Amino acid sequence: MFKLSIVSPERTLFEDNVESLIVPGGDGYLGILSHHAPLISTLKVGEIAFRDTDKKEIFMATSGGFIEVSDNVVSILVDTAEFLDEIDLSRAEDELHRAEELLNLTVTDVDHDRAIHSREKARNRINLIKKYK
Amino acid sequence: MPTPRDIRKRIRAVVSTSQITRAMRMVAAARLRKAQQMVEQSRPYSEKMRLILEQISSASAEVEHPFFQQREVKVRVLVVFTSDRGMCGSFNTNIVRQAVRLLKEPGAENIKLVLVGKKGEDFFRRQSWPILKVYKGLQGRMNLEVVRDLTDYLINLFVSGEADHIQMLYTRFKSMVSYKVGVADFLPINPPKTDRGATRQYIFEPDPKEIFGALMPAYALTIIQMALADSLASEHGTRMIAMSLATRNAEEMVDTLTLQYNKARQGAITKELLEVVSGSEALRG
Repeated sequence: MFKLSIVSPERTLFEDNVESLIVPGGDGYLGILSHHAPLISTLKVGEIAFRDTDKKEIFMATSGGFIEVSDNVVSILVDTAEFLDEIDLSRAEDELHRAEELLNLTVTDVDHDRAIHSREKARNRINLIKKYK
Repeated sequence: MPTPRDIRKRIRAVVSTSQITRAMRMVAAARLRKAQQMVEQSRPYSEKMRLILEQISSASAEVEHPFFQQREVKVRVLVVFTSDRGMCGSFNTNIVRQAVRLLKEPGAENIKLVLVGKKGEDFFRRQSWPILKVYKGLQGRMNLEVVRDLTDYLINLFVSGEADHIQMLYTRFKSMVSYKVGVADFLPINPPKTDRGATRQYIFEPDPKEIFGALMPAYALTIIQMALADSLASEHGTRMIAMSLATRNAEEMVDTLTLQYNKARQGAITKELLEVVSGSEALRG
């Protein structure tokens, strides 16, 4: 068991003890259990999954961020993240459409990267819903 | 001498004004509480971010990032935070006055403006200083989308070389009665230093440099977010004070007017009585 806090620039999304945690690290998914070595990593677009002390699994979609692990305290800084039941499937599908349209239109590199990123985010949300609901 | 009827009309007008100012005071109080909560809630994020930055800076000897680049200052950008709405005492006047003072300093000819808030735009549109961009429509609320937009825009100005030094001018919320307009540097950022040193042997994934690159834009975002939060809290705080004063003034005015009204009413009655009495005296005589 270790302490997990998930914070966004706006507010604290989650703060409690958990049994285990899986996050989309910069070099691939990372599994974290108690007494993990100190670690700082980036997070990519993907799913955050953790098991709380009642063995219940909780899933979140994130658009990336950072994780810091030390002394059985894990802090996740996310740009944005939603719990599974907060995800709006139709909105995510709209976003996916818009991102794909944008990809066909844009010429500059910056816009292209941005469109790819929002496509990733939308896909991630949709995948999560399809997987667990 | 106004008639009692006129005075009564004025009393009614003042009473309804005081009702409005009282309501505005209450709204401002609620918004202020919200703004302060927001500052509280975003604190864990920015503190953690600082800690990670410090850890990386002390773990890897040289951290390089475009945001740290100090170069000869050809173009300066001043981001001025004002409010969209008025009725907040001297809040906007103070900022605008300070901004004008900065713009008139020797060597300030290279300053360009980025304005946040409608009041700032209203003032500077009629002046000759160059305005790069205006952000309005916040309506006294925190909006992370706008913060992201603004941050991206400013970063782009700096990285592309269109601006060499970016500063923010905003009101800092110290307490309910104390506000201070001040300038803070935004870009280039001074690398966060720590005297604590590396407290732990961290594993870095993928590597310190890459984490750092990803971290800096997020760090820049929190700087802008904090400035805006401070400015919003100050806006609502000053508005609350201004509206309390207005309400108190209105109440005092109602008191004086009521007194006047009673005097005028009494005067009218006395006059009427005198007329009746003198009339009947004349008849008897």
